[in-house]
Amino acid sequence: MNTEVDVDALEVGQPIPELVWATGLDNWNRFAAVNDEFVPIHMDDAAGQAAGYPSAFGMGNLQWSYLHNAIRHWAGENATILKVSCSFRGPNIKGQTVTAGGTIRSVTRQADHTVVELDIWTKNQDGGPLAPGSATVQF
Amino acid sequence: MSDTYISAEMTGAIGRTLGRQVSFPITDSDIRRWALATYYPEKPPRLFWDPAYAAATPYGGIVAPEDFNPFAWMVAESTDAPSQGRNDPDRTEIALGIAGPGLTFQVNGGIAVAYGVRMRPGDIVTAEQSLAGYTERQGSLGRMLFTATESVWTNQAAELVKRITVTVIRY
Repeated sequence: MNTEVDVDALEVGQPIPELVWATGLDNWNRFAAVNDEFVPIHMDDAAGQAAGYPSAFGMGNLQWSYLHNAIRHWAGENATILKVSCSFRGPNIKGQTVTAGGTIRSVTRQADHTVVELDIWTKNQDGGPLAPGSATVQF
Repeated sequence: MSDTYISAEMTGAIGRTLGRQVSFPITDSDIRRWALATYYPEKPPRLFWDPAYAAATPYGGIVAPEDFNPFAWMVAESTDAPSQGRNDPDRTEIALGIAGPGLTFQVNGGIAVAYGVRMRPGDIVTAEQSLAGYTERQGSLGRMLFTATESVWTNQAAELVKRITVTVIRY
């Protein structure tokens, strides 16, 4: 985990480091086990297809975790995550590579702290949006 | 067939309490396993699983990732009716004791969270949910119903842990 953000060097437009996952049942089953999220659409291709998707698909809650992992990886463990939001725009279907990242949208420097607004996202290997959103982090 | 999924009874229920849950005390193992699952196949940060490392940080010990859910599997107290199906698309209306739209599928539409204090081993977290509102619109899979609920989590010291707005899409 990064613990050395140079707050003085933060600028609008800077990207945060990306984290990447190859996704499928091995990720989703582990998450189902800790979140008690054994829903057929996340485990069974036929159930995913019946819901209108090409296969079983991953949990929105896991995309949510991936977004937090990317924010925390960039900000370091001592920063305070104040707000996070996202919408779920696309299914994380089996075999996709999911990348979580973001870009600095604003930097507000106060006497004793700095607040950074981020545009964040997860996307598939083709760049298709899965879970775009925003975050507010205080240093 | 009605041209709306949102009945007058559903509209009248906006703002009502949906339920309240109290977690069991969070354990180191709960946090470690959550981090292992959400970072898999990478090793999660030491702050989430290494007591000696975490003790030397400003937190003074292990803390949970912000996205950690202390209510998975089983809770110590709940106002949910025992027969309430967690995966029933009408679960919101069932909790309110009103008729739901009877749709077949539901997916998570989005989440917005404002964070307070971190969760730690030993914490007991209470969540109180309420119905924030209904909207509907046409989507790629036909007419879709959006249901927003708000959940406020506090710890045993009555400190705010997080305030969550979740939007569930039914179709």
